[in-house]
Amino acid sequence: MLLMQIDWLFLIEKIGLITIILLISLGIAAYATWGERKVAAVMQDRIGPARAGIFGLLQPLADGGKLFFKEEIIPQSASKIIFVLGPAMFMVTALMTSVIIPWGPSFEVGGRIISLQVADINIGILFIFGVVSLGVYGIMLGGWASNNKYSLLSSIRAASQSISYELAMGISLIALLLLTGTLSLHDIVEQQHGFWADGYFTWNFFKQPLGFFIFLVCAFAELNRAPFDLPECESELNMGFHLEYSSMKLGLYLFAEYINMFISSAVMATLFFGGYNYPGMDWVSAHAPQWLFVLSGVTAFFVKIIAFILFFMLIRWTLPRFRYDQLMKLGWKSLIPLALINMLITGGIALWLGK
Amino acid sequence: MDLFEILFWILTIGAISSALGVILSRNPINSVICLIATFFAISGHYVLLNAQFLAVVNIIVYAGAIMVLFLFVIMLMNLNADVEPQKSRLVQFAGIISGGILFLVILAALRDSKINGVLEKSSNSVGLIENLGKTLFQNYVLPFEISSVLFLSAMIGAMVIGKKEPSNDLPERSPNQN
Repeated sequence: MLLMQIDWLFLIEKIGLITIILLISLGIAAYATWGERKVAAVMQDRIGPARAGIFGLLQPLADGGKLFFKEEIIPQSASKIIFVLGPAMFMVTALMTSVIIPWGPSFEVGGRIISLQVADINIGILFIFGVVSLGVYGIMLGGWASNNKYSLLSSIRAASQSISYELAMGISLIALLLLTGTLSLHDIVEQQHGFWADGYFTWNFFKQPLGFFIFLVCAFAELNRAPFDLPECESELNMGFHLEYSSMKLGLYLFAEYINMFISSAVMATLFFGGYNYPGMDWVSAHAPQWLFVLSGVTAFFVKIIAFILFFMLIRWTLPRFRYDQLMKLGWKSLIPLALINMLITGGIALWLGK
Repeated sequence: MDLFEILFWILTIGAISSALGVILSRNPINSVICLIATFFAISGHYVLLNAQFLAVVNIIVYAGAIMVLFLFVIMLMNLNADVEPQKSRLVQFAGIISGGILFLVILAALRDSKINGVLEKSSNSVGLIENLGKTLFQNYVLPFEISSVLFLSAMIGAMVIGKKEPSNDLPERSPNQN
């Protein structure tokens, strides 16, 4: 009786989609580590990884293998359960946001519309906030459970940094929501259809340039990436919260950081740069077979994501690290007032346009 | 037993057992983690009632913000199981008796109460964000705005209390320390 109620095709479709997204996230994160080294090498006039495979392309596999075979050490005075829970939670929260991102246009197979989004929930953006605000637990618990002063300092830094920047991030997104009028990511992407409509760009970046700038800076801070990588500041804190971790637990922390980067690039591409929309997509949709149209949408989305990842890397190897008081001053005294002004102006414009 | 009921029971058992974990565990950090798990289970109940907005706000506000601050304070104070103050027998008995009396009163009150208008499970749209926003800003706009002013004043009050008063008897700063 119970088995009859479940739509098995639906379940299989979603499980397949989740598996593919998971594999792609892990693959891109693995090759982001390779990409980061190559970008760093190019910017410092070096060659970078070159021994494993052509252009060092097998380097991520070699790194993963090394991490798996390292000895696993749990410090004597650590709280064992929480010590293991830390990296696991960090990885889970890193992967959770991918559920609501629309990866491509929907298509029809045998009278069944298949959407390339695992769950189209009507509170999409709030879900992102929820997961982002949970992301800090992995760092906090791991840092505390290590029972090490450097780790504790680092986890406290991470927590206060993420709480401070969440506010500006939220306010910058409220301005976006005033224009879109919906929280569902699927609807937001559909509103950005094509590139040009009714005498203006459709992509939200051109409607909310300041909001995008604030969101980008906050994303850097939430990701603990340079120039805001104070929690793992190697010159002061010896890599901070993952100082005591070894083997694949360390691997999970390092890896989840790159997954976070991938997912937040996807979120930014979805919210501000039109997701899977690209200029001239109506022409392609009219002239090409359906599978080609879907494939081109997915490709356009991934091109945007990879461009963002490269931008993250470029910033990391260009700017020096902030000092902690500068970081707090930037968050509370510059970004939050700026985001509030942006919200007021956007509200005024939305009222004037009569939305 | 349909899917709804199975999920309901899983969430209920999760909520109650993690809530028990909050009060039974000796380590404050474990209590906080159990409390977070409780919030998640309750959010799951909200989703079952089709109140998605409430569910996600519960996670953002309680699990995401307030619990992080709790964890923060506990970490900074470095509370451990062995420094927990041992209460005397008398206080323990007083606690048991007063708690029991409170339980009795609640039980007596609940026995006579009548629930009017049970929410239809998962078929209503009361908890969806559009309806919630319309209700808040049309029917309850005055209380809503007054409560937001109240929160603002609480925030400013906390800042005023927390602000250091400039005092003159501080030792003089060395020149390189500003």
